[in-house]
Amino acid sequence: MSIAEPPGTTRSSDGAAPPANDSVRLRGRSRKRLTSLFAHGEPMVWLSGGSLVLALFMIIGLMALVLRMGFGTFWPGPLHELKLHDGSAVLGEVTRVQEIPAAEGADPDEAAKLRTEVRVGNFDITGVHFRWIDNAEILEATTPEFAVLIERLEWGRFYGTPVAFEIGDERVAEGAEAAWAAFEEHHETVRDRWERARDIEKHDVGKVNHTLEAARLSVRRVGLDHGFESPEYRAASAAADELAQGYEAEYAELRAIVDDLDTQNEGYRIVMATADGEEVPLDVEGIVRAVPANMLTTVDKWGVYGSRWGEFLTAEPRESNSEGGVLPAIFGTVMMTLIMTIFVVPFGVLAALYLREYAKQGVLVSIVRIAVNNLAGVPSIVFGVFGLGFFCYIVGARIDELFYYERLPSAHFGTGGIMWASLTLSLLTLPVVIVATEEALAAVPNSMREGSYACGASKWQTIRRIVLPRAAPGIMTGVILAIARGAGEVAPLMIVGAVKLAPELPVDGVAPFVHLERSFMHLGFHIYDLGFQSQNSEAAKPMVFTTTLLLISIVVLLNVAAIGVRSRLNRRFGTGRI
Amino acid sequence: MDTSTTKPTKPFTLPARGQPPVIIDDPIQRRAAADSLLEAIDRGERVETEIHKSLRAADHVLEVRDFNLFYGGTAQALFDVNIGLPRHQVTSLIGPSGCGKSTLLRSVNRMNDLIDGVRTEGEMILEGESIYGPSVDVIELRKRMGMVFQKPNPFPMSIYENVIYPLRIDGERDKAVLAEVCEKSLRHAALWDEAKDRLKDSALGLSGGQQQRLCIARAVAAEPEVLLMDEPCSALDPIATGRIEELIDELRGSYTVLIVTHNMQQASRTSDFTAFMYRGYLIEAGPTQDIFTSPHRQETEDYITGRFG
Repeated sequence: MSIAEPPGTTRSSDGAAPPANDSVRLRGRSRKRLTSLFAHGEPMVWLSGGSLVLALFMIIGLMALVLRMGFGTFWPGPLHELKLHDGSAVLGEVTRVQEIPAAEGADPDEAAKLRTEVRVGNFDITGVHFRWIDNAEILEATTPEFAVLIERLEWGRFYGTPVAFEIGDERVAEGAEAAWAAFEEHHETVRDRWERARDIEKHDVGKVNHTLEAARLSVRRVGLDHGFESPEYRAASAAADELAQGYEAEYAELRAIVDDLDTQNEGYRIVMATADGEEVPLDVEGIVRAVPANMLTTVDKWGVYGSRWGEFLTAEPRESNSEGGVLPAIFGTVMMTLIMTIFVVPFGVLAALYLREYAKQGVLVSIVRIAVNNLAGVPSIVFGVFGLGFFCYIVGARIDELFYYERLPSAHFGTGGIMWASLTLSLLTLPVVIVATEEALAAVPNSMREGSYACGASKWQTIRRIVLPRAAPGIMTGVILAIARGAGEVAPLMIVGAVKLAPELPVDGVAPFVHLERSFMHLGFHIYDLGFQSQNSEAAKPMVFTTTLLLISIVVLLNVAAIGVRSRLNRRFGTGRI
Repeated sequence: MDTSTTKPTKPFTLPARGQPPVIIDDPIQRRAAADSLLEAIDRGERVETEIHKSLRAADHVLEVRDFNLFYGGTAQALFDVNIGLPRHQVTSLIGPSGCGKSTLLRSVNRMNDLIDGVRTEGEMILEGESIYGPSVDVIELRKRMGMVFQKPNPFPMSIYENVIYPLRIDGERDKAVLAEVCEKSLRHAALWDEAKDRLKDSALGLSGGQQQRLCIARAVAAEPEVLLMDEPCSALDPIATGRIEELIDELRGSYTVLIVTHNMQQASRTSDFTAFMYRGYLIEAGPTQDIFTSPHRQETEDYITGRFG
């Protein structure tokens, strides 16, 4: 094109004029004033926009539900005392009010009756956690000042009013106000002692037990290696006995400390009255938290809210998982996802490299590619079954036979564990990584590869220095998708190592510190367990939402970390500055 | 790849096949001869290359002997190509699209090996050593040449890393050497003044013309024996093209350059020798001055004056 040409006029490079018969044909056609609606494409804008809006609506709806229910769980509501027409009284939290479904043949004009669900607690006395009460039965509803909600280690919540406080056989305080003051004074010290005792039991006593168990196993190993009649076995056995005797004294010492703490705590009781007037003494050491819900100022409420969240995030579960915290589940979820990522990324990237860079493109490679893509559609439970059969029963059992034969017949690696769960999920997410990596590799311009070859680079040098860095952001996208998929997966985990309650974390202070063979807790499985396996499902329901919220937050957090890495790579290898 | 060649045993001279050039003065006779030549090519007959005496007598860095290239077994892209590249001179390849210029260029550093099903016959000799010999290490061979592509293809890394890439892959670690080579190459490519303060910046942030000069810097970094340029200016604007042409002019005397171009003005401005290709045949090669002012063959003149192609 010459420079003198005015802007806007274009000419094909060969300078040929358009064929003349075209304009002849156009001249014959009648011209319309307006392009038709479909030619405009306006409906497609609405259709595509509408689809997006619908998708957003569903996502936002889901998130709003989870957020509302999840964040609301721990907010301390008021306690209501309902006096009923039959003279009885009920104290508790109102959880919902709904219409009573009309009975068949009822007068349709009659105003709908309402009923109220009240969380009444006191399961040890009444045998129920929740009660439905017809609104018609309620005589009056009040919010008594001294009504206290008590979260206990056992039997769930207790609702009542303080009556007295006892230390030993002596009543140190009478009346609601004095009893509450006395409780507040002593609760913290008693709880401290209790926590110290449990801590010693768990860590110090646990360590002694671990050492003794390890000694026993090593003796058995010597026996298996050299025979149970051999002098080696006798020597090892004697050494172990000596060790055990040494530890016996330490064990007794620890036991004494624990017993002393427990004795000190004995006798601290708060006497509570239920709504019906029955007096119930409660051990102070068994009270996790007592909330005088109707006396709380807004600041106090936030305090309770925060302390409940704190417990949820940092404590271990109790009351068959429906109370307490989910720390082991958080730990298990994050650790399993990270181990999975460590396995799946190199594996998937190498496989994709071979498929895209080394393999001769042809029918066979296409078949492999289709097979890999289809692998993503296999039900995840099938991966779980495969993981159980292959990793646990074949690989794990072989490891046990070779290295941990002194433990047999009890399985060490030969059963579900965090390692096998991670490997199973690696297989599950492998197609995602392979497909994303292949696409990222395909998007690297051939001119860059040629430039590298022309400089005298070998294939591997080209891949390592040019192709992989350039494809890194795309590979990270695959990693992000794999994390999202893996962290939320539950079904296969149920058979390869996720358990309802894991006694020990996979990482602790006992050598070798990381125990990949251990079973673990997982938030996804925890949600299933809370929602569908819990005896107190009504009380567990809010926890389901809270746990869901937590799981989503963890997935988001992991993804944000991965996206951060990707944008760093993008900055480094993209068009921008380094 | 099939390389049915023999090692040269005696000093190589371009084959003086066919008759010495007969310069026909009569325009009508000339035209008839040209038409018959093109028709002969169309019929698939072999055509002799017209190589001017001064080119034949030059000191050749690279010599191409009876070179044939086939794509996928049957489609032949190059027919009996014979040419030599004079030392430290610029030689340009011209010809219409699809005539095999780029194929010939890419055959020099065996980039065509990367394409499945390419087969060659004949021989190329670089400084007395065979390029297509059976024991040639292609990677080491490519390190002896630099190549600049049609589209600038800087690597996704810093300017500095881009320039020293050939040394990096060769395992050079001495920082002082790398820095020196980087500066020297960038100066050779006339990019030093623009890039010296942003060596650590991504090369992809440069303009198109700068990117192409960076690619030239990269190509000359390893002191190549031959610099191959495949239409280096076709993706650039006239100003950037002018700079690259100046650059090629400066490289003359220190590098042996083979440049493919579509642009006949460019060939006439930048090169010392010009070779005209048509349909996979090398029709005529000689000093640029002669090719553009008094070509021996009518079809060369026809192409240069725009009568066909």
